[in-house]
Amino acid sequence: MERQDAGGTTTLEHPTASDDRTGSAINSKPGFRSRSPQRDHSDDASHERLAQTLGWFSIGLGMAELFAPRTVARLAGLPHDHRWLLGASGLREITMGLGILSERRPAGWMWSRVGGDALDLALLATALSSAQGNRKRTAAAMLAVAGIAAVDCFASRHLSRMVGWTSDDGAVLIKKTIMIDSSPEALYLFWRDFQNLSRFTEHVESVTIYDRHHSHWTVKGPAGYRVEWNAEITDDEPNRKIAWRTTSQADIHHTGSVEFTPSPGGRGTLVRVVMEYNVPAGVLGASIAKLFGSEPGQQVQSDLRRLKQIIEVGEVLKSDGSLHGKGILQQRPAQPAGSHT
Amino acid sequence: MKANCWYGAGDVRVEQVPDPTILNRRDAILKVTSTAICGSDLHLYNGLMPTMKAGDILGHEFMGEVVEVGSEVTNLRVGDRVVTAFPIACGRCLPCRQELFSLCENSNPNAWMAEKLLGHSPSGIFGYSHMLGGFAGGQAEYARVPFADVGTIKIPSDIPDEQVLFLSDIFPTGYMAAENCQIQSGDTIAVWGCGPVGQFAIRSAFLLGAERVIAIDRFPDRLQMARDGGADTMNYEEEEVYDRLMEMTGGRGPDACIDAVGMEAHGPGVLAAYDRMKQAVMLESDRPYALRQAIMSCKNGGTVSIIGVYSGFIDKFPIGSIMNRSLTIKTGQAHVQRYMAPLLERIQRGEIDPSVIITHRMRLHEAPQAFAKFNRKEDHCMKIVLTP
Repeated sequence: MERQDAGGTTTLEHPTASDDRTGSAINSKPGFRSRSPQRDHSDDASHERLAQTLGWFSIGLGMAELFAPRTVARLAGLPHDHRWLLGASGLREITMGLGILSERRPAGWMWSRVGGDALDLALLATALSSAQGNRKRTAAAMLAVAGIAAVDCFASRHLSRMVGWTSDDGAVLIKKTIMIDSSPEALYLFWRDFQNLSRFTEHVESVTIYDRHHSHWTVKGPAGYRVEWNAEITDDEPNRKIAWRTTSQADIHHTGSVEFTPSPGGRGTLVRVVMEYNVPAGVLGASIAKLFGSEPGQQVQSDLRRLKQIIEVGEVLKSDGSLHGKGILQQRPAQPAGSHT
Repeated sequence: MKANCWYGAGDVRVEQVPDPTILNRRDAILKVTSTAICGSDLHLYNGLMPTMKAGDILGHEFMGEVVEVGSEVTNLRVGDRVVTAFPIACGRCLPCRQELFSLCENSNPNAWMAEKLLGHSPSGIFGYSHMLGGFAGGQAEYARVPFADVGTIKIPSDIPDEQVLFLSDIFPTGYMAAENCQIQSGDTIAVWGCGPVGQFAIRSAFLLGAERVIAIDRFPDRLQMARDGGADTMNYEEEEVYDRLMEMTGGRGPDACIDAVGMEAHGPGVLAAYDRMKQAVMLESDRPYALRQAIMSCKNGGTVSIIGVYSGFIDKFPIGSIMNRSLTIKTGQAHVQRYMAPLLERIQRGEIDPSVIITHRMRLHEAPQAFAKFNRKEDHCMKIVLTP
C-alpha cells in the first residue's frame, strides 16, 4: 500500500509542476489529457473496492487450495491426483491476492486473475473428461469459475481505463515522447511523408499514398499476421501536428497523432505520439506482450528511438544480438550472423 | 573466425563463428591484433550480469588493423592501426556533443531493456550483454566497430600494442576516476581496489597533482604494484581501514575516495558476509562493501568517485553520511572517446607506461584458461593480454 501511495502522489504532483514551467498549452491540447473529463469518477472508488474484495477472495481460495487440497478437490469433484496442481494454483492465488492488495489500482494483477481463471477452467475441463472424479461437481465448479471470471474481466477493464492503459471506449491507449535534435519543421516534413514510416517503425511494412489526405498502410500485426487499412489525415497543422485515423472498413480501428514542440533552450524538438487502437487480445494481450518487450507502447517507444537515429545519425544502428528484433525472445547471440541474413 | 563466446557462469568457449560484416555505413571491421580481459568481464563470467545469451562474443578492450570501412567512414583507411573505445557512441546526439560518450542516445538498439533496470539507457558496449546492445565483442580474430569514425584512435606505427591497448578502457577509466576527484594540489586520495583500473587511478591521481595516494587491497602483489606507482598501501585484511585512514589524515579523512572495486567487493566481517548471501539469493545485485567504506572514510565535503562497475541495487547505502557531510558522488562508465587522444599524448611523452600492469600474455584460443586464471587471481594474475 505504502509504495503505491507514494507513486500516486508523484503522478498527481507532476502535472502541476510541469504546468508551472511550460504553461498549460501542452496539457490542454486534445488527446493529451490523461483522463477524459466525461468519465464518472465516483465509479472509481467502487471499482477499487471490488478489486480489493477479489484480492481477499484470491488469498482465501489460495489458502484453502494450499492447506486443504483434499477438501477443495472433493468440493470441485476433482480426482485426488490433482492435489499438487491445487497446491501450485493456491500459491498462484495468494501471490495474485497480495499483488492486488498491494496496489490501489492493480490493473496488471487483475488481468493476471483473468489469466488464472482461464487456467482453472482448463484444469477443470481436463478433469471433466477424465473417468475419475465427480463430473457434476466439476461442472458446478466450472460454472462458479466462469462467474468469477466475468467479474474479474469487468474489474480489469475498468481498472485498465483508470490507470490510463485504455481509452474510454476500451481501446489500447499509447502515449510516448522523445527528444530529437532537429527542428519541428524538418521533423514535420519527414513524418508528413507517410512513406517514411516504414523506415523507422518496426510494424509498418509499407504505405501507399493515394492523395494528400489518404493513404494505404500495410502493417505487421501481433503473432506475425498482416493487417492493412486505409488511413485519412484528420488534422494537419504544418510544423506542429499531424493526426490520422483509419477509415471505417479497416480490420483494426486505429487513430494516431504526432506533435512537434520546440524544446526549451534550443535542445531539439519534443515529439509526442498518441495512438489508440484495438489489439486482438486487448489489454490482456498487451500485458503479456509487455513481459517480452513487444507490447505496443514499447514498440512505439522503440520506433521513436529509431526515428531519432535516422534524423540524428542518418540510419538505424544494428547489432548482431538484435538483428531479428528487440524482444528478449527475439535476441540472437551477439556474434556475426554470417552471410545467411 | 575464432571468437571467445560466453555460455554461462564459469563457461566460456573459443568457437568458430562467422566473420563480421559491415552492417551500418559508419562501421569498420578490424583484424584484432591484441585484446584484453577486463575485470568487468569477470562479472559476466560469474553470471552476475543480466541479459546475457549463450554464444555472445565477449571483449571490450581490443585493437587492430582496419580491414574494411563503411561508406561514411572518411577518417579511417584500410591498413590503419587503431584502438577502439569500449562505449559505442554516435558523436552527434546531445550527450555525445557534451563529450558524455558512454551516455550516447543512439547506440543501444536494446535500450528498452536497460531502461527497465536503470531507468534510462546508457550507450551500447561491445560484448557486454543484450541490455547494452547485443554487440559482438573483440575477443575474436575480427570485430565490427560501429561508429568507427568516432570510436577509434589511430596509433602511429612506432608504438607497440601493449603501450596503447589499454586506451580502449582501463587507462581512461582509471584516469576519469581520478579526474572526477577534482584534485587540488596537496590532496590525499584513497583508492579502494588495486586491480588494473585502481593502478591507473593511482597513477592518474599523481599525474593530476595529488600529493599522496593511499591504495587499499588484500593481494601483496597488487599492493606492491601500487607502491611501484608511488602509493602508500594498506592491506584491509591486516589493518582496520577506517581507523588507519583517519590516523594517516589527522582524523579528517582523504580528500577524495575512489571505489575501483565495484559489485563483487570482498571484505571482512558480518556486513560483507551479509552482502554475499543476499547477492547469492538475488536479493541484492551488487556487493557494496568497499563503497560503504569509501563513503564513511571520505572527508567532510569531499568527493567519492565510483568507477568500479555496479549493475543494479544495493542495501544499507549510507545516504545519511553523504547528505549530512556534503559529500559529492561522481561516477559513470568512462567517456573513453574524450580521453583517448590526450592520454595517447601522455604515453608518447613517456609520462606513463600502461604496459607495466600486464602479467600474462596468452593466445586467444586459451581464453577459457585465461578467464579461470584471472577469476581466481592465480599466479599473481593482474592483466591478461590475448593475441589471436
